[in-house]
Amino acid sequence: MRWLRKNIIGIIAILVLIYLFIPIAIIIVLSFNKPEGKFNISWNEFSLDAWTNLCGVPGVCSSFVTSIQIGLVSTLIATLLGSMIAFGLVRYRFRGRSTTNLLIFLPMATPEVVMGASLLALFLNLRFPLGMGTVMVAHIMFIISFVVVTVKARLQGLDPRLEEAARDLYASPRATFRYVTFPLVLPGILGAALLGFSLSFDDFIISFFNAGTLVTFPIFIWGAAQRGIPVQVNALASLVFIIALLIVLGAQYANHRRRRALEAPLPSPVLVDRMSRS
Amino acid sequence: MADSAHPVEDLHLRNLTKRFGDHAAVDDLTLTIPAGSFFALLGASGCGKTTTLRMVAGLEDPTEGSIHIGDRDITSLRAFERPVNTVFQSYALFPHLDIFENVAFGLRRRGIKDVKPQVEQMLELVELSALARRKPTQLSGGQQQRVAVARALINRPDVLLLDEPLGALDLKLRRQMQIELKRIQTEVGTTFVHVTHDQEEAMTMADTVAVMNAGRIEQMGHPADIYELPRTVFVANFLGQSNLIQGSADGRSGDDVLISAFGETFRVPASRTFATGSSAVVGVRPEKMTILDLVDADKVPSDHNHLQGRVTDVSYTGVSTQYLVMTPWEQELIVFEQNMIVGDRCEVGDEVVVHWSPQHTFGLDGTAGTTVGVDPEVLDLEAASQALISDVSGS
Amino acid sequence: MVAVVPGTTGKASPPAVTQRRSRTGYLLLFPGLAWLGVFFAIPFVTLFFTSLQQDVPGKSGKYTAGLQFSNYSEALAEYWPQFLRSFIYAGIATLLALMIAYPLAYFIAFRAGRWRSLMLVLVIAPSFASFLLRTYAWRTILSDEGPITSTLDALHLLPDGRVLNTGIAVVAGLTYNFLPFMILPLYAALEKIDPRLIEAASDLYASPQTAFRKVTWPLSMPGVVAGTLLTFIPAAGDYINAELLGSTKDRMIGNVIQTNFIEFRDYPTASALSFVLMAAILVLVFTYIRRAGTEDLV
Repeated sequence: MRWLRKNIIGIIAILVLIYLFIPIAIIIVLSFNKPEGKFNISWNEFSLDAWTNLCGVPGVCSSFVTSIQIGLVSTLIATLLGSMIAFGLVRYRFRGRSTTNLLIFLPMATPEVVMGASLLALFLNLRFPLGMGTVMVAHIMFIISFVVVTVKARLQGLDPRLEEAARDLYASPRATFRYVTFPLVLPGILGAALLGFSLSFDDFIISFFNAGTLVTFPIFIWGAAQRGIPVQVNALASLVFIIALLIVLGAQYANHRRRRALEAPLPSPVLVDRMSRS
Repeated sequence: MADSAHPVEDLHLRNLTKRFGDHAAVDDLTLTIPAGSFFALLGASGCGKTTTLRMVAGLEDPTEGSIHIGDRDITSLRAFERPVNTVFQSYALFPHLDIFENVAFGLRRRGIKDVKPQVEQMLELVELSALARRKPTQLSGGQQQRVAVARALINRPDVLLLDEPLGALDLKLRRQMQIELKRIQTEVGTTFVHVTHDQEEAMTMADTVAVMNAGRIEQMGHPADIYELPRTVFVANFLGQSNLIQGSADGRSGDDVLISAFGETFRVPASRTFATGSSAVVGVRPEKMTILDLVDADKVPSDHNHLQGRVTDVSYTGVSTQYLVMTPWEQELIVFEQNMIVGDRCEVGDEVVVHWSPQHTFGLDGTAGTTVGVDPEVLDLEAASQALISDVSGS
Repeated sequence: MVAVVPGTTGKASPPAVTQRRSRTGYLLLFPGLAWLGVFFAIPFVTLFFTSLQQDVPGKSGKYTAGLQFSNYSEALAEYWPQFLRSFIYAGIATLLALMIAYPLAYFIAFRAGRWRSLMLVLVIAPSFASFLLRTYAWRTILSDEGPITSTLDALHLLPDGRVLNTGIAVVAGLTYNFLPFMILPLYAALEKIDPRLIEAASDLYASPQTAFRKVTWPLSMPGVVAGTLLTFIPAAGDYINAELLGSTKDRMIGNVIQTNFIEFRDYPTASALSFVLMAAILVLVFTYIRRAGTEDLV
């Protein structure tokens, strides 16, 4: 009884973690399934068909590649634009700071359906053809804010004495940026990029509004849900899950080895930083 | 190491002023720091010492005044153009670079290709050769401190600035590093300007100490000279401890000024008196006083200053015994006695006489009272503990 | 929220970064802000004008510019149940998420020790798997033959005899999907609390419950506020859970906006609904933040 009272929070915590992983387990298990009907919902028979023939269903792999392309381009541009804003916000004085902060905050406080709808309204009014371009434009738009808060937090956490020390040691402003500021902020920028890519890759609602006839991976899943999701989708999603997990665990391990050397951000700094935003 | 290309030159600050809004952090400071000296700027936090240092480093622009090294005006040079390097508070070692690269940083920025021999020599000087490939966070505080010194010194600056360099270390390590830093300074011969709030640190290390208060220098000189003969109440309180008695200067007797306070008269050599008006403060350091039981009052040398009191506290500290003596006018004086006499010490409640030589007495300007320079927290604490005692004993 | 903690050293704070005022600052800000302006702010303006468009007589599905404010009243009159349902579902899901997330966040912040960073990775790891597939997986978990449904049904807790395709499934999906958005801010707030404060409370005669109520909970308030907002906002606008886990009777406002926009092409109605949803959420957010007293959130 006493033991239970002492460890009750730990038990609940582990139960919650298990709860978080139940759907993941189902996704992975069902990727080895040979479903009975067209709906891959309950276990039938073990099979490696999906894994040995990942592109076996028409459209799966092309939508997967489309999503990766969109993710890479959007992330690259959004990370650049967002990091620039973060540097501007932290290092420069300018007029209209509160408007700027609002413009960065609002995209994160807006339901995706509203963002998707309003952007579609714009494209329709401009008679702008929907497709990969419009999806990228939309993704860049909603990733920027996340990049700004991540990189900004990193920059603000930087001890100003480090840059002073560089200046004191004969580094010109340019050299200070190149040899001290940038390498120290880089983990934050990379973290933001990783987050941006995962947001873009997994986005359904905003993409669906602005894709026209383009099919991204989530749009493919959505369409397939009505007539049965192919097992290949589960296999691909499991693959993405495992790769992402390995990347993050690898980064954690590297961080661990560096021993708080860079005061590395949490796995998802954005969500944590979103609240500590000023 | 002292074989720099050009000889080390004096550092001159002329009318240096820094204002933040209306507040003058540094107020018309004029100062010459001799080449090759170990100079300490001592003061409480907010007295302007760090701002002064940052102006010399080029990290802060002066509002007025100029900074020269020798006869070169460096006022308008930017930080990375100055022949001045800094050991930062909490070191500011680059966490993404290893020790070797930290030390090599300045050389590389100046375009020196073969940095290895110099870095290795410098790491040897600070005895860290074995740790060259470690990252700063894998080092102890004392080791980080030495890296910071090496990183700055390798550039052979004309002036090395140290901003509270030992503040993050524990007491024992701090003592050790004080000696270490002095050794390095003697070895390289560079001018060291050391900013600290720790008076003991300043006195141990520096050959010249400047006590700063409210953006100005109160007194400057060899540590012993300042300690033995403070010129202001602030210095008397800030540097070491002093017993200060408020009185008035009303007359002379030969070479001595007579200062009377609470019915007693004290003799202070005119050369040791800095009171300009009639309001004056008599001061004496606690270890200069001798305590005697009242029955032995006849043993007090006739030319000594003396006063009567009652012992309110005795603390035995090994090397010495610290007495608190309450004067008839309810002022508590501190007396340190070396534990050289075997036998009876005074006890709490004893009526005693305290005496000291006029040669150890100093007279200060008394217009600002006797508590200037005492840590305000100490004053608060005294008031609070008085209140607490009366409260607890009252109920 | 600054707590004075005994034993912290009075080390001088690092010097503030001197901010420069120069053209470079504007050049850094401009491209990104322009992007947000053109593709986030301006669309709101077009959304507003679209919401006021009027029908072209005789041609259904064609609209012209206008100032037809009745679009709003008509949309609300028709779709207020979905609005209400969205806020109720999102509200319940947020509350459940708070109750589920708090013990885990508390454990990670105070008890996890060296497992802390691994546990945080585990919290966000599920997000690496497709949102749609995770939601879809709940169809398996809550299926009519599954253990959860049969247990609940045996206990006569299910009015319809099933979970799937009911509001319960939708709320369960919402709770699950947005749980990390609750856990992480809670953790961030709890992690800032010095555990010695809780020890001090128990030293001063507070029982564990009182210590929690008087010390831990109030100090974790910024996390509670941030977490509830980050859970509630996306949940209220979501339509994936309602679509995949609910029946047509459980449709939320997101479903209505989506179908009106993409299937019926009734742009004015969909725009009006989007606008009202956004406005309602903003009003809610700001009053909530003000009442909770943590205005530094925005």
